[in-house]
Amino acid sequence: MSYFKVTIKAINIDSVVNRVLNIDSGAVVIFIGTVRKSSHGREVLYLEYEAYENMAIKEFRKLAAETKSKWNVKKVSIVHRIGRLKVGEISVVIAVASPHRDDAYKASRYIIEKLKQKVPIWKKEAWDGGLEWIQGT
Amino acid sequence: MKVKVILFAYIRENIGFKEREIEIKEATKVGELWNEFKNQLPRKNNLRVLFAVNEKYVNEDEELKEGDEVAFIPPVSGG
Repeated sequence: MSYFKVTIKAINIDSVVNRVLNIDSGAVVIFIGTVRKSSHGREVLYLEYEAYENMAIKEFRKLAAETKSKWNVKKVSIVHRIGRLKVGEISVVIAVASPHRDDAYKASRYIIEKLKQKVPIWKKEAWDGGLEWIQGT
Repeated sequence: MKVKVILFAYIRENIGFKEREIEIKEATKVGELWNEFKNQLPRKNNLRVLFAVNEKYVNEDEELKEGDEVAFIPPVSGG
């Protein structure tokens, strides 16, 4: 089964990957998004993520369905973290399993790009000058 | 009729609530409802807001029904 989740807890990469491993797929591509130290030329202290949780999960499911209609994708798992994240922590893990690597790479890229455009999740950046909601990334 | 309004991120902080049940007149469009809220945001902003009804994106002409859950979605920045 595919697997979609929004969580306040640290994401365990293995558990996301294990959800997509299957004997019909010869390739699993994993995308891991992490909190970068600098953004817009300033030093980040931490990020605060917020989600419209139920809708985000519906949008994750839609993205997975879209990749399955475009490429030969067997399984997709998307887990996004919310709450306060320190620099270096993992904010999102996307795992895509496909019979062949080309489809897995394409689908993985598609999901992270669309996630950033469409899924109702927001981050607020804390830096030494204050706090700011980031609009689009 | 009543609908539930849910706010997020920049909009939530500026309007000052997360979730509220409000009374509106029949067949109000989601864009019309937003017009009543957006005045409460700081003047200068030209935020590009999307609308969701019952957890699905809709356009501004969507007519609201009793019990709908309406969300005003500021520009997203997940990932």
